[in-house]
Amino acid sequence: MTRSIDLQIMWDRLIAVVEEQAQTLIRTAFSTSVREAGDLSAGLFDAEARMIAQAVTGTPGHVNAMAESVGHFARIIGTATMRPGDVYITNDPWMGTGHLHDVTMVTPVFRRGRLIGYFASTAHVVDIGGRGFGPDGRDVFEEGLRLPVCRFADAGEVSRLLLDIVRTNVRTPDQTVGDMFSLAASNAAGERRLMAMLDEFATDDLAALSDFILERSAAATRAAIADVPPGAFANEMWVDGAEAPVRMAVTLTVAEDEILADFAGTSPASARGVNCPEVYTRAYAAYALKCAIAPEVPNNAGSLAPFRVRAPSGSILAAEPPAPVSVRHVMGHLVPDVVLGALHGALPGRVPAEGASALWNIQLSVRTPDGAPAAEILMFNSGGTGARPGSDGLSATAFPSGVSTMSVEATEHVGPITVWKKELRPGSGGAGRTRGGLGQVIEIAARDGHDLWINAMFDRVDHPARGREGGADGAPGAVMLADGTPLSPKGRQQVPRGARLRLLLPGGGGYGPPEERPAEAIARDRAAGYEE
Amino acid sequence: MAAVRAGVDIGGTFTDVALETPGGLVTAKVLTDYAAPEAAVLDGLARAAEAAGLGLSDIAQVIHGTTLVTNALIERRGARTAFVTTEGFRDVIEMRSENRFEQYDLNLELPSPLVPREDRYTLPERLAPDGTVLLPLDRAEAEAVARRIIEAGYESVAVGFLHAYASDAHERLVAEVFAALAPDLPVSLSSVVSPQMRELPRFNTVCANAYVRPRVEAYLGRLAERLRAAGIIAPLVLMHSGGGLMSVETARAVPVRLLESGPAGGAVFAAGHAAAHGIARALSFDMGGTTAKICLIDEGRPKTAATFEVARSYRFKKGSGMLIQTPVVEMVEIGAGGGSLASVDAMRRIRVGPRSAGSEPGPACYGRGGTEPAVTDANLLLGRIDPAAFAGGAIPLLPERAEAALAPLAAALDLPVTHAAHGVTETVDETMANAARVHAVENGRDIEETVMIAFGGGAPLHACRLCEKLGIHAALVPPGAGVGSAIGFLRAPVSFEAARALFQRLEALDAALVNAALAELETEARTFVAEVAGGTPAEARLVAFMRYHGQGWEIPVPLPDVRLGPDDGPALRAAFETAYRGLFGRSIDGLAVEVTNWALTVATPAPPPPPVATDRTGHNEPPPAGHRPIWEAAVREMEQAAVLPRSALCPGRAIDGPAAIVEDETTTIVSAGFRAVGQPCGSLLLIRKEARP
Repeated sequence: MTRSIDLQIMWDRLIAVVEEQAQTLIRTAFSTSVREAGDLSAGLFDAEARMIAQAVTGTPGHVNAMAESVGHFARIIGTATMRPGDVYITNDPWMGTGHLHDVTMVTPVFRRGRLIGYFASTAHVVDIGGRGFGPDGRDVFEEGLRLPVCRFADAGEVSRLLLDIVRTNVRTPDQTVGDMFSLAASNAAGERRLMAMLDEFATDDLAALSDFILERSAAATRAAIADVPPGAFANEMWVDGAEAPVRMAVTLTVAEDEILADFAGTSPASARGVNCPEVYTRAYAAYALKCAIAPEVPNNAGSLAPFRVRAPSGSILAAEPPAPVSVRHVMGHLVPDVVLGALHGALPGRVPAEGASALWNIQLSVRTPDGAPAAEILMFNSGGTGARPGSDGLSATAFPSGVSTMSVEATEHVGPITVWKKELRPGSGGAGRTRGGLGQVIEIAARDGHDLWINAMFDRVDHPARGREGGADGAPGAVMLADGTPLSPKGRQQVPRGARLRLLLPGGGGYGPPEERPAEAIARDRAAGYEE
Repeated sequence: MAAVRAGVDIGGTFTDVALETPGGLVTAKVLTDYAAPEAAVLDGLARAAEAAGLGLSDIAQVIHGTTLVTNALIERRGARTAFVTTEGFRDVIEMRSENRFEQYDLNLELPSPLVPREDRYTLPERLAPDGTVLLPLDRAEAEAVARRIIEAGYESVAVGFLHAYASDAHERLVAEVFAALAPDLPVSLSSVVSPQMRELPRFNTVCANAYVRPRVEAYLGRLAERLRAAGIIAPLVLMHSGGGLMSVETARAVPVRLLESGPAGGAVFAAGHAAAHGIARALSFDMGGTTAKICLIDEGRPKTAATFEVARSYRFKKGSGMLIQTPVVEMVEIGAGGGSLASVDAMRRIRVGPRSAGSEPGPACYGRGGTEPAVTDANLLLGRIDPAAFAGGAIPLLPERAEAALAPLAAALDLPVTHAAHGVTETVDETMANAARVHAVENGRDIEETVMIAFGGGAPLHACRLCEKLGIHAALVPPGAGVGSAIGFLRAPVSFEAARALFQRLEALDAALVNAALAELETEARTFVAEVAGGTPAEARLVAFMRYHGQGWEIPVPLPDVRLGPDDGPALRAAFETAYRGLFGRSIDGLAVEVTNWALTVATPAPPPPPVATDRTGHNEPPPAGHRPIWEAAVREMEQAAVLPRSALCPGRAIDGPAAIVEDETTTIVSAGFRAVGQPCGSLLLIRKEARP
C-alpha cells in the first residue's frame, strides 16, 4: 500500500543524489565555465541506459545532450565486458555533448554483482589542446584532442597511457586531468549515496523505480502536450552566423501525445566552429518546448521522449564530422527562439518574443608592451530577453543559457584591464505592450600601455531579436571603439593601444502593440531612464 | 545577588524572553507588536521578572536579537535611500548575476533592486584593484551630487565605489562632503560596512545597511528609552548575525549585522548544549511553523560564512534573494514546517511546502478556517500529536478537520488517509534530510558522525525519523526548546569580525604588508569588543580566504597565528591544502595558491555551560506511561506506543520507543528504533537502540 509512497520518496532521493554528484563536481572543477557558469551535468541512468534523474544545472543544452550519451557507451564498451571499478570516457562531440571541451565520464553501477545502472557526468575542461576555445578551427581535428569512447579506469586501474596522451596534448595538463578525476569522483559520490538508499529501502534493483519515474514523467508530459492544439506550425529566423547569415527553419508537428520539431530548410554547416552536432540542437529544442509546455516535469528520458527533434544532416544544426563545432553554443542558444516562435502559432499568448539569446562571451588576450602574453580573460555577459505576454523581458539576463556573469573587480584582478562601463543600455528593449529586456553597454581598455586583443563571436548584430504580436524589435548589438569606430562582430582583432572597446549588447523584442502599454509602465520606464 | 541577565528575541510571531536568575532560567512568550516592537519587549520582560519574583531594575544586562531587520528587507519597509556609485556602474545591484535561478520558468520575475534606478547616482572616479587612483574624484562634482540628493529629501545614503575595499579615499571624500552639507543625514560606506572584493554583494550590503539604518536607529532609541523609563538601567547589548554580541552604537552604524540575529541565537543555543555534552560534531535542527533551519556545529561553535542571501523571493530558492556580505552563522533554510501545505503535482507525487498555512488560519485541525492539509494535520492523524494536549491544551485540535483536509489528497493517490498522511510526513522529512545531507557534503562533513540537537516546536516530532534517514545515531532535545534563541543570546560571546580584501600570491607573500593590515583589523575588532566587554580578555582568530590560482571561489583557512612570519608562505600553503583536502578529498600539486580576503575575529571566551554528564543508558525503573497507537514510519504501520509527560523522564530514567513524550510546547516522538534517556541537564537524549554500548 505504501509502495507508491516509497517510490515517490526514492524519486526525491535520486534528485538529491544527482545534486550531490553535481555539487562534488562544481566544487572541485578548475574550469571557469563549470564553476561560474554551471556548465556541467550529472545524472543517473538505468540498466537500459535511460536517464532517470538529472541535476538541475546551468546549461540546458548540456543537460539534455548527456541524456543520449550513455547509450553510446553501453553499445561501444559492451555491457558484457563491464566490471566494478570501471570508468569510461569520451569527449567526442557526436557521442557526448557537442564539442571537444566537454568531457563525459560514465561509471557503471553494480549491485550484488549485477549491472543496475550508470552514473554519468560532463564538465567543460579548461583546455583540450588544438586551437583552443574559439571558432577558428576549420575542422574538428584543429580543435583539439578527441578521445573515442574508451576505458578511463579498468576494474579500478586508471589507464596511464590515456593520462599520458591527455597530458601530452593539452596546455593545462594538471587542470584537465584534474577535472577528469573530479568527474570520476562525482560519479563515485553518487554511487555511494545510491547504495545507501538501496540498503535503506531493502532493494537491489532500479528497474521498478525507473519504470515508475519514466512512466509518470512521460504521462505528465504527454498530458501537457494533449492541451496543445494539433497541427503543423512553422517558423523561420535569420541570424548573423559566422561567415554568412544563417537561416534557421523549423516545423513543429503537434500530435496528440508528442511533438516533432523538424529543422528542414536550415542553412548548411559553416566553415567555422559555430556548428551544432544534432544532439546539441535536440537538447535546446527540447528545452524550449519543455519550458513552454511542461516546465514542472523533472528532466529524464520519460519527459524528453515525447519531444522528437530532427535536423537535416550536414546543416548548421546537424553538422557531421569533421565539421568544426567548438563554439556550437552560439547557434545552439538561438534554437529556442525559432522553436518558441513556431509554438506561438499553436499557443498564442504563451511564449515570449525573441531575445538576445546567444551569450556575448568576451574573450580577451592582453599582451605586455613588448608583446609577451599577460593574461587571457573570459567574461560571460547577457543581453535582454524577449518580452513575455504578461510581463516585460528581463534585462541583461541569460536565456536559454543559465550562466552567471563574473564580478568586474574579480576580473580586473586576473589581468591588466579596466572595465570602464558595464551598465544597462537604455532604449534597447523592443517597445510593446510589454517591453523587451534591456541589453547592456560594456567598455573595456587595457591598462599601462598593454595591448588588447578581442576574439569576437557575437550574434544579433545584423539580425535583432524580433518582437511578437506587433511588438517592436529589440535593438541590435554593436561592436566598436568608444570613439565610434566600428569593429567586426566576428573574429580576432586588436583594440588600438590606448583605445576603449565598446560593446552594445542586444535588447529583447517587445510583445503586443506599443500603444497598448499602460501609462504607469511608461512612467516607470521614464523615471528609471530605461528609455533613451 | 548575582547578576540577572535577560535574552530577548523578537521573532515573526512571538517575542521571547529568557531571564537568567540565581534561581534558574525563567521564560516568557508574548505576541510580537509590529507597530511598537519595544512594547512587547517590555511586556515580556515584565512578565518574566514577575514570574521570577524580581523587579525590572534587578536586570543587569539585556541582550537583544531581532528579525526586524530581515523583515524590513523582505517586506521592503525601509528608508528612502540614495545610492552613490562609480560612473558606468549604476546598475550593478539591478543586473545582479545576470542568470535565472529557475531554469524552466518562462515567466520568471527577478526581485527588484532595493534602491530603484532613479535613486542611484554616479560620480566620475575610478580606482585600480590595488587601490591606486585611475581617475580622481572631483570634490566639486561630489558636492553637486550631494546637493541633489539632499534637496530630493532622501532619508539615508549608501556609497559604493569599485575597488573601495582596497582604498576608502574616494568614499571618505563623499562622506566628508555630506557631513559638511547635511550632518544629520546617515551615510553608509561600502569600505566600512563590507570592505571585501566583489561589487555585487558589497553594494547590496551597503544599500541594505543604509535602507534599514534610520528605522533601526529610531527603534533602538525608543527601546533604550523605554528600558530606562522602566527602571532598567542595565546596558543593552545586541546579538549579531555571526553569533556574537555587539554594542548599540555598532548596531546603529552597521545595522546590517543584525540580520538573522534571532536564528543565530538558536544556533548558539544548540552549540552550548553540544559543548556541554562534549559533542564535537553536531547538527542543529530548528523546525517551526513555516521553515526549518539546519546548522553545522563543530567543537561547540556554529559554522559561519562570509555571505548569505536574504529575502529569497522564489520558494526559498538559492539565487532568488539578495546576496549580503556580512559574517553570519551559516544556516540552510527549508520551506518546511508544521504549517507547510501538501499538494499533489502533475506526476501524482506529494509535494510539501513552501506554501504555508502560517499561524492564521493555521493547519486545518486548528479549526480556524484552514482547509488544505498541513504537516501538523498529517502528524495528528498519525497519532503523533494528542489533540487534547496541543500547546498545553490551549488549542484543542480537530482530527476530523485534518482528515477532511487530507481526503482529497488521499483520493488523488488512491490511498487510505493514514497512508496519505504518512506520505506527507515522509516527503517533508525527506526534503529536510536531503537539504542536510547536501549541506554536509558541501562542507566536507560526514553527517552520520554528527549528533542532532533538535529544538523549536516541530523538530522533536521529526527528529527520530530524520536521524533514521540520515544515519545519525543520537539526538539531543534540550529543555526550553521553545525559546531557544533567547536562551542562546545569554550564552553568546562578545565578538567582532573585521575583514578586508588584500590580494596575495603565496610565492610573493609580503608579510609586512599583510601584518600591517592585520594589526589594523585587530585594533578595529578589539575596539568594538571592548565597547561591550570592557577589559575582559578576548582572543583573536585569523581566517584567510584562499584558492588555487585560476579558481573562482575561495575557501576559509583557519591560521594558527594572527600575524605572519616572513617565511610563512609554505606554512600557509600547508594550511590551505589541509583545508582543501578536508572539503574536497584531495589537493593538487604544482598550482600557485593565493589569498584574497583576511578575516580577523576577536571574541571573549563564550561563558561555557558547565560540562554535564551524559547518560547514555538510564538506570532507574522506566517511568509509568499510558499508551496509544502511533504511526511507525520505518515499518509503515500503526504501533502501540508509550505516552508520558516529559516531566516523568527525570534524569536517569529511560524509555524504549515507540513512545511519545509530551510537553506544552511540543511532543518528542521516539521511534521503535530509539530509546529516550532523561539527562541530568534536563535534556532528552534519543539514542539508537543498537548503538547502545
